[in-house]
Amino acid sequence: MSKKILELQNIKRAFIMGTETVHALRGVSFDVMAGEFVTIMGSSGSGKTTLLNTLGCLDKPTEGVYMLDGVNVGGLSRDELARLRNRKIGFVFQSYNLLPRTSALENVELPLFYNSSVSYDERKQKAIKALEAVKLADRLDHTPNQLSGGQQQRVAIARALVNEPVMILADEATGNLDTRTSYEIMALMQELNQVQGKTIVFVTHEPDIAAFSTRTVMLRDGKVVRDTPNENIRSAKEALASLPHSDDY
Amino acid sequence: MNILNLIRIAFKALQRNKLRAFLTMLGVIIGVASVIAMVAIGQGSKQSIQTQLSSMGSNMITVLPSSNVAGGARLGGSSVQTLTIDDVKALQKQAANISFISPAAISSGQSIFGAFNWPTTIYGVSPSYLDIRQWELTDGIPFSEEDVRASAKVCLIGQTVVTNLFPNGESPIGKIIRFNNLPFQVIGTLAAKGQSSFGQDQDDVILAPYTTVQKRILATIYFRTIYASAINESASDAATDEITAILRKTHRLRNSDENDFQVRTMAELISALSSTSNLLTILLTAIAGISLVIGGIGIMNIMYVSVTERTREIGLRMSIGARGIDILMQFLIEAIMISITGGLIGVALGITSAKLITIFLSWPTLVSESSIILSFAVCAFTGVFFGYYPAQKASRLDPIEALRYE
Ligand SMILES: Nc1ncnc2c1ncn2[C@@H]1O[C@H](COP(=O)(O)OP(=O)(O)OP(=O)(O)O)[C@@H](O)[C@H]1O
Ligand SMILES: [Mg+2]
Repeated sequence: MSKKILELQNIKRAFIMGTETVHALRGVSFDVMAGEFVTIMGSSGSGKTTLLNTLGCLDKPTEGVYMLDGVNVGGLSRDELARLRNRKIGFVFQSYNLLPRTSALENVELPLFYNSSVSYDERKQKAIKALEAVKLADRLDHTPNQLSGGQQQRVAIARALVNEPVMILADEATGNLDTRTSYEIMALMQELNQVQGKTIVFVTHEPDIAAFSTRTVMLRDGKVVRDTPNENIRSAKEALASLPHSDDY
Repeated sequence: MNILNLIRIAFKALQRNKLRAFLTMLGVIIGVASVIAMVAIGQGSKQSIQTQLSSMGSNMITVLPSSNVAGGARLGGSSVQTLTIDDVKALQKQAANISFISPAAISSGQSIFGAFNWPTTIYGVSPSYLDIRQWELTDGIPFSEEDVRASAKVCLIGQTVVTNLFPNGESPIGKIIRFNNLPFQVIGTLAAKGQSSFGQDQDDVILAPYTTVQKRILATIYFRTIYASAINESASDAATDEITAILRKTHRLRNSDENDFQVRTMAELISALSSTSNLLTILLTAIAGISLVIGGIGIMNIMYVSVTERTREIGLRMSIGARGIDILMQFLIEAIMISITGGLIGVALGITSAKLITIFLSWPTLVSESSIILSFAVCAFTGVFFGYYPAQKASRLDPIEALRYE
């Protein structure tokens, strides 16, 4: 009943550096169904970011077929890829990538500027709604340097959500955050996945983060070495509640 | 993405860096302002020369004595004496293209009335001189041909002489003033004409019959100048030819001889002076234009810095759906906004400084619409031209590499 949203067939990506060729992906194949919460794990340099960039239509594979929502991405032009990124994908980065000296609201509005079907009033409303969803309704006018790391990442998530994408891609979105804040972000992700049915692909190298997802794909040297559904999914909310209340050091 | 959104984005980007945007603008501001101010100065001086010259009488023809080459040495104009009353009479009789003619014997000296004295110049002329110069009297009557014949000691005085000899405001009419100790009765006062384009005070003058000046002051039969006016402006050239032919005959010059006089028309003078001020305008404008180009290069420089500095921002925008053209337009519009805002400020500043130049330096200025339109167009073009390259560079970035840029 749920449909395939991602379909990867033997994806390869090689970087040519002068005389050397770095094989970042050496033939990756797997599918993701709509509504899945997939974490991609693997040691540093195993190709996680490269894979995620490919999924996000930011990078083109050297070989292989990538179908996104039934569309073969390989045959699209630069502009069509940009449109795809705008409408179907929400990106969350490890380093937040918010525009400096720009309010949270304006940062969240950004993707809507590139969507001509959204009017000026709608843009503002949608951005406010997205910020409400990440519980930052009281921080609309704060600029990134007035926000904590966790809050900045939540702004980035709101920005990823604002265009109502079918899929959220996150690259070590909790990498810069402490445990409590990481769990807060994961609780948000779980809510988006379970309540709103967003498909999420989440790159991490922390196993306890992977425990919140429904499935884990393990990469090593550009290949999938393990792809397992998660038997007992941890609830981030409960994990958050079980953390010691406040640390007194 | 529509253009309004792009403008909004560009505006926000500029707002984030107000000081830098302003400093970038400064080049354009100075460029545009100086173009407008320089052209205003050039046009202003040209216009004032023209109005002043035509206030001297645009049909006026001046005949000056000059030496023909004698033994290789050319004497200065004022030291040669070739023009006499015979010339004037011959011209009066024979020249069909001339409506008025007056000789001029000129002497400088001291004028005295009671306790007041004033150094000035006396022009010995005929009654037609007032017609040639289109000069009105404010009071009294002009002297007549009869006065000329009688070498009468009567005179008309200019406004500067009036203020200096009659500072208490009494009427000069009927009073006896002395010029180089010769008594003259004032029979009229001349209307004010102001400064000539050569910076000479035209009102600092006494007019008297030429016979009186020739005989009683200069003791000469020669004239410094002969003034004439052509029947209309288009007859100037014909009148010049006519005068030349007649004077060559009365001076008995052979075909091989050079003229021992010069004939100058006002039209010639106007065009000569206009062409100098045109050249001035061109030079000033060229300098100002160069500063505009430098302003443009300033924009390009800052846009390059801005593109490099905001590489991550560009990567981010691409990752959330900006197309190459969106990025190109964003930076291009930013550049155009800088140049247009700078242009507007520059136009305002240029007009203001032209006004201030007139007020404080009392140079005539004329702000021409064409200079505003032209410099504004050039600066908008500068924005597009110099903004395009950096914008294109930005639009061609690879999103991943841009995101990774440190
Ligand atoms: N633009 C590039 N040019 C050359 N080599 C690259 C490029 N991007 C990635 N690589 C190489 O591809 C391999 C995979 O890199 P990738 O960034 O995908 O790893 P990762 O799994 O995300 O690692 P980490 O956990 O450290 O982020 C690495 O060996 C890396 O050096
Ligand atoms: Mg990585």
